[in-house]
Amino acid sequence: MILWTATRIALGAIRRNLVRSLLTALGIVIGVASVIAMVQLGESASRSVTQQIASLGPNLLTVHPGVDRRGPGGVRSEATPFDVADASALETIPGIVVAPVTLSRATLVVGNANYTTSVAGSTEVYFPARGLDIARGRSFDAGELASGAAVCIVGQTIVEELFPSADALGASLRVGRTPCRVIGVLAEKGELFGRDQDDLVVMPIRAVQRRVAGNTDVNTIFISVTTADSSSEVQRAISDVLRRRRGRVGEEDDFYVRDMQEISKALRGTTATLTLFLGAIAAVSLVVGGIGIMNIMLVSVTERTREIGIRLAIGARAREVMLQFLVEAVVLSTLGGACGIALGVGGSVLAARALDLPLVVSPAVIALAFCFSAAIGVLFGFVPARRAALLDPIEALRRE
Amino acid sequence: MSESEADPLIEAHRLYRLYGRGEALVRALDGVDLSIHDGEFVAIMGSSGSGKSTCMNILGCLDTPTSGSYRFKGVEVASLSRDQLALLRRHYIGFVFQSFNLLPRTTALENVELPLVYLGLPTRRRRTLAYAALEQVGLADRFRHTPGELSGGQQQRVAIARALVTRPAVLLADEPTGNLDTHTSHQIMETLSELNAQGLTIVMVTHELEVARFAQRGLQFRDGRLVRDAPVEEWVA
Repeated sequence: MILWTATRIALGAIRRNLVRSLLTALGIVIGVASVIAMVQLGESASRSVTQQIASLGPNLLTVHPGVDRRGPGGVRSEATPFDVADASALETIPGIVVAPVTLSRATLVVGNANYTTSVAGSTEVYFPARGLDIARGRSFDAGELASGAAVCIVGQTIVEELFPSADALGASLRVGRTPCRVIGVLAEKGELFGRDQDDLVVMPIRAVQRRVAGNTDVNTIFISVTTADSSSEVQRAISDVLRRRRGRVGEEDDFYVRDMQEISKALRGTTATLTLFLGAIAAVSLVVGGIGIMNIMLVSVTERTREIGIRLAIGARAREVMLQFLVEAVVLSTLGGACGIALGVGGSVLAARALDLPLVVSPAVIALAFCFSAAIGVLFGFVPARRAALLDPIEALRRE
Repeated sequence: MSESEADPLIEAHRLYRLYGRGEALVRALDGVDLSIHDGEFVAIMGSSGSGKSTCMNILGCLDTPTSGSYRFKGVEVASLSRDQLALLRRHYIGFVFQSFNLLPRTTALENVELPLVYLGLPTRRRRTLAYAALEQVGLADRFRHTPGELSGGQQQRVAIARALVTRPAVLLADEPTGNLDTHTSHQIMETLSELNAQGLTIVMVTHELEVARFAQRGLQFRDGRLVRDAPVEEWVA
């Protein structure tokens, strides 16, 4: 008996018990759908995290003063800030671009409107290092950087808050008490981990130090690694330079280096673990669905004992009866699997849209889920099919 | 060459079929010798428990004897495996049962097609042969009906068509009229007689003399033994 005939017989049997078959397949539908939805949403979340971190800037390292104490109850101790000379010293390390950053807060005033935000003082390197694009206008020129000119480049949130109708580019505003000209507008960047990245004003570092912060501190140094060298080597070089300059050789560092790629890797690891857990829980429901199929197939074999007897009497061999019931279980489970895939993909499309995640439809996961549902049919159909195949034809025919 | 001189289709020698053991030992067949030739119409008779059903099961290759020899078309059946028996049934034996044993919610045509599925015939050929078999039993116009929509007599005709469709060497009928009224029984037996007249070998189990009359030869069983083997005319007298 060829497989196609067995499949037709199986479809006939399923049609004759349509409601029961649908309910049985529902277990697989739900199992497959949840596996697919969980894995795909996990992938989406992971990709979203990666994208967000990449948006911070390519291969970005940040150097902060103080001691890094991560974990619960972590306290960031106060330490001497850097200065511009530290940043210059770091520039001797090959393959990196250095942007010293002085951070401050100030109130911006335009006419009657005012808005308090963070002001970053840095150099023209700041923008590529942080992955910021200047949408309109220009970056700082050498003269402005050297003199600490009162010019600024503003983010979209500032434009919306202070220049709702007028053109921001070329306009004047006050940063604290300093009048300042807008020479550039940043492209929109969106939120990262709940923080608005467009809520930002950037000025030449000397301008911020002198006119806003009132000191010569550098709070953070942004470093963009431009070579393919491993960032750990660059990190070591940075630490060496800073230790020497800050006289911390042989002591505990009073600064620390953060690698965005490491953070990204760690977060991706976390989401991958989470995905695995969710997928495993969903897989349990798939197994439960398989047990449902076994249950119904056992009932079916008992119910159709006489049919099996008839088939045996007219010359069906054990393997043909077995094949028939096995195919029936597999048809049931793959039908359920197909519906589950449709439901799972549909569900993850909706969920991704609702949660604003990038949609990941993974053909590998879909193919795997389909094969898995077929395998469940074989696995859980085996016992009932074997029971059917081993029936004694005389006994089977006598059964009511 | 007359029939009795040809090799018999069915030849059983000292057949024993025992169930249970010790005190509970049942000798369902207790040393039976019999032979049936091509073209015969044989009625097996006896009260319940006489061993006639056991004999029928062994003749139909559904069961194998505990000891003794059973040759079907010259092949020793007693030593065949379960699957080999299935192939023998598939190619050479047609069954008709007391309770019809049609697949429920399946059309008459599909029921008749069933043995052809296991013979591996293509769909169109199956349809043609099944329809022809239904025509042979006078039910061609009901081929689309399911067993639930057919009378008992019609269901038994479908069952006969199913047994015929593979052109078996022998048709085995186990109480084919047991669930039918007198009038319908008569019709079914006439159909079987016609088929026998066309050359089909038929072995039938019955406990009604009225039904057995349609056969040519009667075998009577009692307590697992064959006690009488004679032309049916002699029985009626």
